[in-house]
Amino acid sequence: MISIWLIPGVIFIVLTVATVKRVPAYEVFVEGSKEGIQIAVSLLPFLLGMMVSIAIFQASGAMDAILKVFEPMMSVFGVPEEILPLAIVRPISGTAALSMTTELIRTFGPDSIIGQLASTMQGSTDTTLYIITVYFGAVGIKRMGDALKVGLLADLVGIIAAIVVVFILFT
Amino acid sequence: MVNLIWVLLAGIGIVYAAFNGTMKEVNQAIFSTLDEAVMITLSLAGVLVFWLGLMKIAEEAGLLRGLSAMFRPVVQRIFPEIPKDDPALGYILSNMTANMFGLGNAATPMGLKAMKEMKRLSGTEEASRSMITFLAINTSSLTLIPTTVIAIRMKYGSVDPTSIVSATIIATVISTTAALLIDRFFYYRRMRVMNR
Repeated sequence: MISIWLIPGVIFIVLTVATVKRVPAYEVFVEGSKEGIQIAVSLLPFLLGMMVSIAIFQASGAMDAILKVFEPMMSVFGVPEEILPLAIVRPISGTAALSMTTELIRTFGPDSIIGQLASTMQGSTDTTLYIITVYFGAVGIKRMGDALKVGLLADLVGIIAAIVVVFILFT
Repeated sequence: MVNLIWVLLAGIGIVYAAFNGTMKEVNQAIFSTLDEAVMITLSLAGVLVFWLGLMKIAEEAGLLRGLSAMFRPVVQRIFPEIPKDDPALGYILSNMTANMFGLGNAATPMGLKAMKEMKRLSGTEEASRSMITFLAINTSSLTLIPTTVIAIRMKYGSVDPTSIVSATIIATVISTTAALLIDRFFYYRRMRVMNR
């Protein structure tokens, strides 16, 4: 596995180059880190607010009910309807999406078409709502402009792309 | 729009719970989420403190400048507003690199720092053009190696856990390209409205 070498490798390179260039590494580290605390603290209200709202929506059963309504629409396009909840939840909640992906892979098998679809969708898009909340929240941006629209439209393209690519490669 | 989404998620949830007898679950969810949000912030704090410290060293040692010099032709075109030697570009690139290798927890601190640098450049509370572009790239995901998904596939006995890597890369390239195009489209639309 290359991945276990990656982070220690980056740390090693940064520290070595810094030492060669006579940068007081430890002092600079502490100075830079302080900003991290400040960002984390300013993040909490944004994260907490959004998470509570999503949790209420999920726990009430409203999310499942809405997903049920949409499910039959997918079969019209010849796409297995089991995949739809994941497609809708992916931009809203990262943890919910990950547990759905795991569930789909467990139920239908990782090498089934549904398993491949879930895997690809999970990997090729990200949690737009979380990213926007966290990134804008941390630096105190109040007016977000077109960011949400752009992000959600890109998600839609990503989901469609994942479906089309999986169907071309695996069927 | 975020205000509306936020109110609607909670509002619809509470009304639905009222008619379907799930109010107890809603109560539980509210309080367990509060704890969960604090826990996430705390673990994020550790990651933030560590990576921002390390990246500060990289910045002072000239590594970030090196990184942005390497990719300047591409990045300059994507973020025309940012001056070419600005540290913001270095943080944007490190965020993108970390994302590509599936290092989600290193990508977030660098992304947040990049946003801070972009805010310094724009100096307002309004999302700047570069910020929206940066978010578009991040929300469409840049993953080249979906490590988490591969791990799940292994766990459930896939004969070929990495078979989805090529599909993921193709889908990611399409969604990121689309994100950039959609972002440009909205930018030019804003410009037209402003010039009217």
